[in-house]
Amino acid sequence: MFKWFGKVNYSPYTKVAEFADHLKDGFLMGSRCKACSYRSFPPRADCPECLGADFEFVEISGKGTVHTFTKIFAAPSGFEDLAPYTVGVVDLEESGRLLAWFGESIPEDRIRIGMEVQVVPRIFEEVEEIKVYYSLEQPGTTWARSSSR
Amino acid sequence: MSEPVSSPFRVYDCCANADGAACVILAHEDVVRAGHNPAVWLDGVGCATASMSVLRRPDLVSLPSARDAARRAYAMAGVGPKDVRVAEVHDCFTIAEIMAYEDLGFCEKGQGGRFIEEKCSYIGGSTPVNVDGGLKAKGHPIGATGVSMPVEIVHQLRGEAGKRQVPNAYVGLTHNVGGIGQYTFVHIFRRD
Repeated sequence: MFKWFGKVNYSPYTKVAEFADHLKDGFLMGSRCKACSYRSFPPRADCPECLGADFEFVEISGKGTVHTFTKIFAAPSGFEDLAPYTVGVVDLEESGRLLAWFGESIPEDRIRIGMEVQVVPRIFEEVEEIKVYYSLEQPGTTWARSSSR
Repeated sequence: MSEPVSSPFRVYDCCANADGAACVILAHEDVVRAGHNPAVWLDGVGCATASMSVLRRPDLVSLPSARDAARRAYAMAGVGPKDVRVAEVHDCFTIAEIMAYEDLGFCEKGQGGRFIEEKCSYIGGSTPVNVDGGLKAKGHPIGATGVSMPVEIVHQLRGEAGKRQVPNAYVGLTHNVGGIGQYTFVHIFRRD
């Protein structure tokens, strides 16, 4: 079960549940297959390449480029009060793609396909149901990490 | 212009939720040849799957399952994209129809927008597509849509389609997508 993560959570059990804990501590953790080294972010417990079931968490830089983006007006159930908002698909430097919200450091009219962005872990304080997520920010954006690790 | 949904798409770019029903009667060729309604033959069947996650596919502007399913259906039917005289494709959103033109080989990759701008998908064009209005105009009852497509193709191939009849439609194709392209079915039909 993911704690802290998502407004609507349909996963009763997941081997990558620790992902959300890492995110809360300020770490972007992907997975690496122990058998074939396939890397994924967000993490994937079972390898889509070799079907191996053993993986380890590895930190990623969160650097990437915008593959595409959209401004969502008709939000899915649970997100109506947040719309409109803009999300992007990002090609990560370390391979793989993720979907994330654009943060305040990138004004809407400056968003372009191919622009460089930094994925930044966030703790959401305004919305009760979402505790952690990550946003797309200007390259070079820094963030706090928990020192308890 | 209609209300925005998710840029660049607006309400009229998106199919409506709908209720509906459709049915087809399949029969062995011995029964068909005994002479009932004019026969429409199912010549080619192709189905294929793709990864659950859209983000893990090579690109976001093509459905790998549609390309695979089309290749298999064409091979079984012994025809190619240029032989298709009328098609029903899964236009759940505007972009889905443009991607279908390309995935089915009606035009080259990247030319789908031009394909409809030049009216190639209209009656009288090279490959009339969704002349019944498609999912966006007639609605998309999820469970019935896939069957409604061959219904339209059978009407077209029998010459029973009235005002929307495509002249000389003797080879027809249906393209039905499940999920977000996790699976696609392509069927090719022919009349005698």
